[in-house]
Amino acid sequence: MATREWIIENTIRVLGFSGIGFVALIFLFLLKEGLPAFWEVAPQEMIGTRWYPTLGIYGLTPLILGSLLVTIGAVLIAVPLGVAVAVFLGEVAPEWVRDLLKPMIEVIAGIPSVVLGFLGIVALSQWIRVNLDAPTGLSAITGSLLLAYMALPTIISVAEDALDAVPNSYRDAALALGATKWQTIWRVVLPSAKTGILTAVMLGVGRALGETMAVMMVTGNAARIPLGLDAFFKPVRTMTATIAAEMGEVAQGSTHYHILFAVGIVLFVLTFLINALAAIAIFRQKRQSGGRLLS
Amino acid sequence: MRIPHPYRFLLLLPLLLPLLLACRATGEEGATPPPNLAIENKGSDTLVNVALAWAETYIAQHPDVHISVTGGGSGTGIAAMINGTVDIANASREMKENEIEEAQANGINPVEITVARDAIAVVINPENPVNELTIQQVAAIYTGQITNWSEVGGEDRPIVLTSRESNSGTYVYFLEEVVRVGADDEEAVFSPEALLLPSSEVISLEVARNPNAIGYDGLGYVTAEQKVVAIRPAPGEPAVLPSIDTVNDGTYPISRPLYMYTPGEPTGAVRAYLDWILGPEGQEIVRRLGFVPLTPE
Repeated sequence: MATREWIIENTIRVLGFSGIGFVALIFLFLLKEGLPAFWEVAPQEMIGTRWYPTLGIYGLTPLILGSLLVTIGAVLIAVPLGVAVAVFLGEVAPEWVRDLLKPMIEVIAGIPSVVLGFLGIVALSQWIRVNLDAPTGLSAITGSLLLAYMALPTIISVAEDALDAVPNSYRDAALALGATKWQTIWRVVLPSAKTGILTAVMLGVGRALGETMAVMMVTGNAARIPLGLDAFFKPVRTMTATIAAEMGEVAQGSTHYHILFAVGIVLFVLTFLINALAAIAIFRQKRQSGGRLLS
Repeated sequence: MRIPHPYRFLLLLPLLLPLLLACRATGEEGATPPPNLAIENKGSDTLVNVALAWAETYIAQHPDVHISVTGGGSGTGIAAMINGTVDIANASREMKENEIEEAQANGINPVEITVARDAIAVVINPENPVNELTIQQVAAIYTGQITNWSEVGGEDRPIVLTSRESNSGTYVYFLEEVVRVGADDEEAVFSPEALLLPSSEVISLEVARNPNAIGYDGLGYVTAEQKVVAIRPAPGEPAVLPSIDTVNDGTYPISRPLYMYTPGEPTGAVRAYLDWILGPEGQEIVRRLGFVPLTPE
């Protein structure tokens, strides 16, 4: 019995650690292929504003800002909408509406991004150009809208789980004190579920930052510096689209090859930072409300 | 909803499924061909349609030969040839110095064969009233000096530049032979505002629908939904529309040879295939697909 227990325990342990091992190996590989870029290209050149890889000009600024702009746009659209849908599903909707909507939302998550990108090119970009009077529909806002759509199922599911985890006694107490339904949701349920909703937002950010195919198809991929009020309505080039578009063609071991891995490192570090910030926020939140959560 | 032309074929995909299954069923009976009769052909997206048509016609006449054709770009094809994984690389540009060195380092001596000619057409939306541009104007538009159509005789609209990705042979050709020549500046580059689109189809789609857009692509890829601009080689000279005649007599200024590269002098089945391509039948296919055959009538 004891040996069986030992085998099961250690199998699970090995599988658990292998997850960490894979991430470490991926990061090591990224470093091995990407680090040479940092001495092949001068740092002041790397923070430059021009990306002309075939001419040996490797300024990463437009790519980083491009990714951030598209992601921020997507988050601004998807988070309010996603949390609102989660609140509706969890707190307001009658049982049968909920049973109908939940599977439909999960279907959205299953749509391949290339299909969405295709719809983006054929329908959405055209609509945006005509109705927003932009010079072209292949722009940051088109990418943000598609990404928001893609991030929605994740945000909704995770946020809804978070709302679900709020004890019913909270709601009962609020209602008993004479709070309206809206006051209960806004002042009691949402604040209690804050941690889970933050997780939902971070997962959405991760999805948006890492998405490649749809973004490459609809954002126009112009490596311009996306600053200014109209930047959303102009094309951008994201880090992921750059790697996808150029990796297939570079000679292995060339500076261009290394710099594309360096872009991958930047992407990795950005994602890591965002996750770390979220983890810190969640940790502080938990400590603050530690006593009260023990209801 | 009306589905734009380049994507209409997608509607046919469900119909292909039974066909594929049928192929599979019969394919199992046939033995694999001897290796020297299987030709791997890869490279330029400009050439891919012609290469497919060549292969299909040739296979129909020579059932013992197997030819597989894939695109991916000139650089991809040449890299595959350097690595020894293809028998013929298609390229819409000459091999670069460093690519030849890499090949030689791998013990491969690439042989260049011109198989067709291609003219690059500058295309705009049919609603755009502009009919002709000089090479200098095209260069100024693509370097970002001219940003409004009114500066070249059009309406007061912003110009939206579209281009292939920087790994495309067409991009390199257009940069070196049009933008740099027209701007008279060896260092000239595309404006950072230029949209780098992943395929010819997306460029066609954007130009066909956006009255602000300008694009460039091989003559064989121009559809009826785009308007071809006549090009003046220099301000005083007559404007010329690209056609088989104007390319062959040299009056249309933006044309280029298309190449196939083989690792070493071609022999056996590859030799026979290339001879057939250069012959009248192969060149007739070139003409039919909107490219310019090597032997003028």
